[in-house]
Amino acid sequence: MEVPISTAELLTTDGVPLKQSLKKAERKNKIRAFLLVFPLLLFIIVTFVMPIGDMLLRSVDDTQINTVFPNTFAEFKKWDKEKDELPPEEVYKALFEELAYGDKIQVGRALTRMNYSKSGWKSLIKNTSRAIKKAVKKNEFPDSYKDFLITANDKWADPTFWYAMGQMVNNQTPIYYYNAIDMTYDQDQNVIRQEENRRVYVQTWIKTLKVSVYVTFFCLVLGFPVAHLLANLPLRYSNLLMIFVLLPFWTSLLVRTTAWIVMLQQQGVINGILVWLGILNDDGRLSMVYNETGTLIAMTQILLPFMILPLYSVMRVIPKSHMRAAQNLGAKPATAFWKVYLPQTIPGMSAGGLLVFVLAIGYFITPELVGGKDGKLIGSWIAYHLKTTLNWGLCAALGAILLGVMLVFYWLYNKIVGIDNIKLG
Amino acid sequence: MALPSYATPVQRTYYYAYLFFCSVVFFFLVAPLIAIVPISFSVSPFMVFTDGMLSWPPDPDAWSLRWYQNMIGNCSADVVSSTVPCSHKWMTGTVNSFFIGLTATFIATTLGTIAALGLSRPHMPYKGLIMAILISPMIVPLIITAAGMFFFYARINLVYTFTGVILAHVALATPFVVITVTATLVGFDMNMVKASQSLGARPVRTFFKVIMPLILPGIISGALFAFITSFDEVVIVMFMASLDQLTIPKQMWAGIRQEISPVILCMATCLVALSIFLLTTVELLRRRSERLRGIKSR
Repeated sequence: MEVPISTAELLTTDGVPLKQSLKKAERKNKIRAFLLVFPLLLFIIVTFVMPIGDMLLRSVDDTQINTVFPNTFAEFKKWDKEKDELPPEEVYKALFEELAYGDKIQVGRALTRMNYSKSGWKSLIKNTSRAIKKAVKKNEFPDSYKDFLITANDKWADPTFWYAMGQMVNNQTPIYYYNAIDMTYDQDQNVIRQEENRRVYVQTWIKTLKVSVYVTFFCLVLGFPVAHLLANLPLRYSNLLMIFVLLPFWTSLLVRTTAWIVMLQQQGVINGILVWLGILNDDGRLSMVYNETGTLIAMTQILLPFMILPLYSVMRVIPKSHMRAAQNLGAKPATAFWKVYLPQTIPGMSAGGLLVFVLAIGYFITPELVGGKDGKLIGSWIAYHLKTTLNWGLCAALGAILLGVMLVFYWLYNKIVGIDNIKLG
Repeated sequence: MALPSYATPVQRTYYYAYLFFCSVVFFFLVAPLIAIVPISFSVSPFMVFTDGMLSWPPDPDAWSLRWYQNMIGNCSADVVSSTVPCSHKWMTGTVNSFFIGLTATFIATTLGTIAALGLSRPHMPYKGLIMAILISPMIVPLIITAAGMFFFYARINLVYTFTGVILAHVALATPFVVITVTATLVGFDMNMVKASQSLGARPVRTFFKVIMPLILPGIISGALFAFITSFDEVVIVMFMASLDQLTIPKQMWAGIRQEISPVILCMATCLVALSIFLLTTVELLRRRSERLRGIKSR
């Protein structure tokens, strides 16, 4: 029989309702727990989350050029493209003034940005700047700025340059994202594909996905039997064999990559053995490194432990009696394996597979070192734009897309395995 | 796992094929790491097994320590080779690597352990979200982290400084500490904390006298993970470190890109030895921790 309890009547000795008092104590505990986590949380937010956020903002940011040509852009927006073929006199005047009195370094940076939207801007502005500065020095201000600029460089009569300026007049721009998938603007601000010879990213994205899928597949094929063996051996032996899996896991990535270069190069260990055995003759040595083959081999070995460890932890808890029971009921070993054992390993396979795939997609060091020209993945392009071309907008956009792809897969991983179930070693 | 005595010939074949396949995979996993060790002791300036090294009886002239001497910056005449430069860079790198690694490990372990204590409390609010944020540095590809940090740290003038590199490494290393220490705290008997406090110990004393000895294995393996993360890290130092912050991975990267020399293999051999040492330590600690907790739960 249920006894009705009225909580409202329960009071603590202070006369406070019990529920309220309990809540207060709980809140205190919550605050205490949170205070312990707070320093690290703050640290990670400042040193890690904010930089990533900054990168995401940078991928759409176009303010720099707007601080260099504010008046030109303001006048540009008033230009009615239907009515006049070329922009009105005011635009030319504003541009003249801003080039004449603008900060040299800021203009230089703006030029780099302008060249992303149309090549030819840099030389055009530099030429014009020189002419303008000369005129200003002599204190000769033209009557018609339009005519002056067109005389200085006839490209100012070419409307395509003016159309390209239209891409830059806003503080935010999606251009870098379009560039990251080989798209660009045409003169009417329509999004079109890049010219044939400038399309590089889509094929790199596809290659990155392809390499990741292959690596995941190879890891699964190589890792499954090994995890099965480790899970079914007596603990004494499996702990010993586990060293073979954990040693590469603990060894520096660069060491493993170097080791693969030593193994795979033309004068390397594998070719040496094959020639010594007489399988290859001396001038028929295989080229296995500095191409996609090298990337695949090295990445498979490097990521294999990430497949074996989750598979192993799942397989270890599958009771051995299941297979015996299935065979007892008349199933052949293959059927028993397929129908009884394999389905139970799916959590391990998906965990390992997703982990390897996600790690492979973001790989940079190994493909860069052993990939040669055709083995480079998207990470190499991010590094290239970060360090060499300084096209940081495109770099950030490529990074943001990669991050988006990763997050989708991690969301899946979280659904299937749970992110706080990650175990090490 | 052994084959039952009634196994059919077909089953036997499958079984041995399976064992053979597994041995091949094990070989694939460790062979490259083992192959570099003898080559690092070669006389030849090329990274190959020379004929002298393969001959029997062993030819003492084919082996030498010259590349190791080169590595420690001992550039005497018999060490220098026309193709292999000799400098103190490897040693500078080692010093910097240890300095950055140890500093980052200390900060990461402290912050990570305190956070793990909070996360393991039953009252922790928004646990899932906070855990996701704390672990994110481990999840995001390094190249993205490096790009983001480079842009952000450049704004506050931390690029090309030790502080910048250390802060970045701490961020990368804390997830490992949080994960290992949280794992050790699973099944931790909170009554012991209450007992200690009821006997008059303050929270700090309780931590050092009661909690810490019990979770020490977890803290140490977390610290080792943190150390190896910083010690092996190359992408961040590539972008955020100048030559003043030259570390071993940065120097190895430069070496592989420019002049492939056996000196790289000497350093690689040392690093393999270091990883064997760390691996053994972590494994022993894990067993000790399981034993400690096993006794507690009974």
